[in-house]
Amino acid sequence: MSVTREAHPARRTQEIPEATRLRLFQLQVEIRYCEKRAYDLFLQNLVKGTSHLALGQEAVAAGFAAAMNPDDYTFCTYRGHHHTLARGAPMLAVLGELMGRQCGLMKGKGGSMHLTSVAHGVMGSYAIVGAHLPIAAGAAWSAQYRGTKQVSVAFFGDGATNIGAFHEALNLAAVWKLPVVFCCENNLYMEYTPISAVTAVKHPAADRAASYGLERQVIDGNDADIVYSAARDAFAKARSGGGPSLIECLTYRHSGHSRADPAKYRPKEELEEWLKRDPVTLYRNRLLARGVAEGTLAKIESEAMAKLDQATETAKASPTPAVETAMTDVWADGGNAWRN
Amino acid sequence: MAQLSYRDAVAAAIAQEMRRDERVVLFGEDTAAAGGVFKTTVGLFEEFGPRRVKDTPISELAILGAAMGAAMTGLRPVAEIMFSDFLACCWDYVANEIAKTRYMSDGQITLPLVIRTANGAGSRFGAQHSQSVENWAMAIPGLKVVAPSTPADAKGLLAAAIRDPDPVVFFEHKSLLANKAEVPEGEHFEPLGKAKVLREGKDITVIALAAMVPRALKAAETLAAEHGISATVIDLRSLVPLDAKTLFAESARTGRVFTVEENPRLCGWGAEIASVIQEEIFSALKGPIVRITTPHVPLPAADQLEDAVVPSVARIVAEIRSGLDSRRMN
Ligand SMILES: Cc1ncc(C[n+]2csc(CCOP(=O)(O)OP(=O)(O)O)c2C)c(N)n1
Ligand SMILES: [Mg+2]
Repeated sequence: MSVTREAHPARRTQEIPEATRLRLFQLQVEIRYCEKRAYDLFLQNLVKGTSHLALGQEAVAAGFAAAMNPDDYTFCTYRGHHHTLARGAPMLAVLGELMGRQCGLMKGKGGSMHLTSVAHGVMGSYAIVGAHLPIAAGAAWSAQYRGTKQVSVAFFGDGATNIGAFHEALNLAAVWKLPVVFCCENNLYMEYTPISAVTAVKHPAADRAASYGLERQVIDGNDADIVYSAARDAFAKARSGGGPSLIECLTYRHSGHSRADPAKYRPKEELEEWLKRDPVTLYRNRLLARGVAEGTLAKIESEAMAKLDQATETAKASPTPAVETAMTDVWADGGNAWRN
Repeated sequence: MAQLSYRDAVAAAIAQEMRRDERVVLFGEDTAAAGGVFKTTVGLFEEFGPRRVKDTPISELAILGAAMGAAMTGLRPVAEIMFSDFLACCWDYVANEIAKTRYMSDGQITLPLVIRTANGAGSRFGAQHSQSVENWAMAIPGLKVVAPSTPADAKGLLAAAIRDPDPVVFFEHKSLLANKAEVPEGEHFEPLGKAKVLREGKDITVIALAAMVPRALKAAETLAAEHGISATVIDLRSLVPLDAKTLFAESARTGRVFTVEENPRLCGWGAEIASVIQEEIFSALKGPIVRITTPHVPLPAADQLEDAVVPSVARIVAEIRSGLDSRRMN
């Protein structure tokens, strides 16, 4: 797939308040630093198993999270560090989980692919492609039933648009007018195969929207302002009873699919073109152009780094979980007994 | 006490729980306005309305996914999968999502939901609409597995399943739906994880589940009347949690144990039961534990063929007699 993006409807990004812009920048910086750190920790053999970094996709997470209310629900895929951090889960608990430590979000019981922080509205990260779309719809149904005005968001990859759960969830959400936003992070690839090689339509999510009576939306997922404004509009629609939205964000992952993937299958020119559109750099330059002082941005960056360094050291010093942890919380009574 | 059919008892349990708890919602294919293809939800749509009793598209993934999302955010969904065979279509939700999420989230997420499904043979529907698959669910850590044999238990155990804070797969047996029996009036609740001793005997202990329970009881009568064999019959009622204590006590009293299972042979629930019993009370056993099961075949459709493979009263009697004759240790 070429990287040329279609024109998207002009969005009212000019009116985004300055404080929100700084917040969007801060979130992107924190995610960028934390994901890079996760990779370093992997090279030091402190992060085991697998992990799927969202380097390059920070703007999607920042734009959505900044538009959400604290009690809204986030459902992520195995590539979910960015969304978990963006909702406010502490770096220490995220890195601790990646490192299998007691201080981890789930004390090492879930790992990188299953980050969950209910206190921050992160209702889980799901590693079966597409599985969480119906689950997010169910949470939206519950919000609708309880009359809370909460919105549920499912983030998923381009690859998820070819699995049945995507279609079942969209149809149900449309029929029941659920307050759910389906956000496709189209990074052009599944694991190693381009989505265009296996999909009947050009835009894997947006070109299916009409099947469910939804508006076709393709946006620049590397522009946090555009993402923020699209998310804000979709949330307003959901909260006012207007039902679901499907938003396809065009973006690109800077690294491989998972930590072990050198991503050799990507054309050099393609990678270079997308690196030129690095969302963090793009946003930084935009803020400078808008007159934000260099010192303000540098301060956000140095604070993010200090926070990250402290989280890293604390996570390294955190004990591994007691082995008894493996036997807990199968059931709501905290235990695992299957017989008397 | 009122006489209720098993199918009406299912509806009565759901109505009872919906009246006492606003968080309980019911949904599935043809579940609402039509009252269910097995008529197990008749009257609920009329009483509780379209907000709480919903028809879904033919989307098994969406049904169980929505149940899960609703359960983790404060509702108590009762989701119907029309035939238990169709659990294979949404097995990801049963085995990967619903069963594991509490554990993976280190207890942050709780999933108080019920998956109701019509299970088992007897309707001549053929291999894709007749299986008995409670053993599939039993193999997954994180699921409770319940299969009532009587109308009273259909009501009491379903009420307990709906109140339970963990996911419960609730198997309603198709061949039992029309059976009528006494069901306590007013609020009725039977705790999960308690086997029921239906008949006390001194020679053998027969362990059965769901549709095999009435057959085991009839076989016990024949064994007593015609062969002088006195049988204890236990209705397991729930596979998870398992009432191992009752099984041990009743097995030790006779020393000869038989399971009667509708599952095809390999890894049917009786294999696990036999394993647990021999491991814990081996010295009290007087002979091998004998499993009476459907042979390891998909279910055939024709009535003679289906009847030939699912354990019948005559076969239960015959296998118990030959088990006692040929496999006695002393
Ligand atoms: C049902 C299922 N099939 C296959 C996989 C293996 N798998 C993991 S990630 C992935 C690629 C998914 O691509 P996409 O949806 O575009 O998400 P991205 O990784 O690009 O964020 C595959 C095939 C899986 N986890 N689940
Ligand atoms: Mg992708």
